[in-house]
Amino acid sequence: MSQKKQSLSYIIGASSVGTLIEWYDFYIFGALATVLASKFFPGENPTAGFLNTLATFAAGFVVRPFGAMFFGRLGDMIGRKYTFMVTLMLMGGATFAIGLVPSYESIGYFAPILVLVLRLLQGLALGGEYGGAATYVAEHSPAERRGFWTSWIQTTATVGLFIALGVIMFTRSSMTKEAFDNYGWRIPFLLSSVMVFVSFLIRRNMAESPIFEKAKAEGKTSANPLKESFGNKLNFKYVLLALFGATMGQGVVWYTGQFYAQTFLLKTCNIDDVQSNTIMMVGLLLGTPLFIVFGSLSDKIGRKGIILTGMLLAIICYRPIFEKIYQTVNVKNKVEVAGSEKIEVVKSLAPKSTTDSLATTTTTRSYTDGTLFKEVKKQILLADASLEIPKAEVKKTITVNGSDKWTLVLMIFCLLFFVTMAYGPIAAFLVEMFPTKIRYTSMSLPYHIGNGVFGGLMPAIATFLATQALDANKKAEEIGQAAVYAKPYLQGLYYPMIIAGVCFVIGLVFLKDKSHDLEERESSDKTIENAGNLVA
Amino acid sequence: MNLLKKIVGLLAILIGLGAGYYLIVNQAIPLWSNGGNDLVPAIIYTFILAPIITLGMFTFGKYAIQGEFDN
Repeated sequence: MSQKKQSLSYIIGASSVGTLIEWYDFYIFGALATVLASKFFPGENPTAGFLNTLATFAAGFVVRPFGAMFFGRLGDMIGRKYTFMVTLMLMGGATFAIGLVPSYESIGYFAPILVLVLRLLQGLALGGEYGGAATYVAEHSPAERRGFWTSWIQTTATVGLFIALGVIMFTRSSMTKEAFDNYGWRIPFLLSSVMVFVSFLIRRNMAESPIFEKAKAEGKTSANPLKESFGNKLNFKYVLLALFGATMGQGVVWYTGQFYAQTFLLKTCNIDDVQSNTIMMVGLLLGTPLFIVFGSLSDKIGRKGIILTGMLLAIICYRPIFEKIYQTVNVKNKVEVAGSEKIEVVKSLAPKSTTDSLATTTTTRSYTDGTLFKEVKKQILLADASLEIPKAEVKKTITVNGSDKWTLVLMIFCLLFFVTMAYGPIAAFLVEMFPTKIRYTSMSLPYHIGNGVFGGLMPAIATFLATQALDANKKAEEIGQAAVYAKPYLQGLYYPMIIAGVCFVIGLVFLKDKSHDLEERESSDKTIENAGNLVA
Repeated sequence: MNLLKKIVGLLAILIGLGAGYYLIVNQAIPLWSNGGNDLVPAIIYTFILAPIITLGMFTFGKYAIQGEFDN
């Protein structure tokens, strides 16, 4: 018994480490979005660069379903272990290569194109990895503890993000800002190759899933997993149910809590980079054990209730939580220390110009609660006065005090709480929905559409909605009308709330807690084979 | 419960069609005409979100109405 437990722990550990590294690889790109924008995407406007990076980020997510189908098919035909070895190497190779791509200044448009292609490869690899790891672990786990054991795989996405932020913070703090901007940002990408190599050595010694081995020995593997998964109504209806009743809502809850929250801290609240990373990291650290708690709890009380409760809580609490974050940082709610304002103006020659000058105005203020405010305004002053003055570039940075920092950590923890409820039990839930012969393919697609498409696009769509609301308010102000949106910064939240709301209703009405016995699911293989009922 | 599933199925079809209309007519078309950076969300709305939501919800709703998910 103890031998069995030890070997199961090893299997879970080895699978989880590999998946964790893949998430790390995937997230350093997103976490370094601003730096990458300046290196690879042309354009004077940093917002345009940022949006471009988000688009590339989105491209990484959108291809995930294709990776799920491609590698899912392989996994159901030749085995789970070999497939997720390939995905690991593909991800590691693509990440390492991103760290080597010369900047736009060096090779022009080849740079963003190369980065885009490598990002797509990352998306493909991730699409194949998660389903394989979740299926592999689930097929090794005892039925009554499957939620607990698969929840370790569920922690990997958060821990991967945590490590990505940690490595970036460490790299930033170990060099000057200029050095990080010049070459330091490449280090987290290059470091990935070491981690991937170690994970490869660990995974190489793992055995194939026993349930898949058995199915293979009995000749019960699928010859065409894609057709059996999506061309057959009996199975396809469960793929749709998994997507619209579980993963779609879970995906937006996950990305709102772990990604949009960070974008909100940085872009909307203007919190200092290092401080926002610290707040996110502490929140993630405190919240991560809850994946295991809810995974384990799902073995006892069922998975559906926990997943749907997480979504419902998210829908109800998002606006109050994000409003609290915004108001905690908002300097309009604070009292300025009298005489603390300092304004410094430095004039220099404008970049790429011999006649125009650049005026950099730095304004700093401190507040009675210890909050520090800094605004750097860069204004190009044209030598030719008849030309239109270009728009000034303004960057605001707020550093909050210790007490406010903990308030923000608490808010992030609340968001993580919903994430862990919705995400902790989902691997076990999906695995139990589909039979062995097409499990890898069938569970991977709804997972990656739910997470990659609905969830992965969440920060981009929410940022876009909030920007639209801000623009509408500006236009209204220009023509002397009242603001269209009272709280434009919260507009982006309608996207996850609506998606999670629809998912909650469908999940509540249609989902059932399936049998935990994966062997029992094999009986449905026959039904599917015999049905031959193609979707119209 | 089966009747409720059929009603939700019908709602899913309506939501899918409504979301598709909103994404294309209210969001994507104006963004396509703006060009520039707006092309990114326009592409996402037109070729990714709208087809998945509309076709997926429509098929799901159709199955629900046909009783595919009945107890």
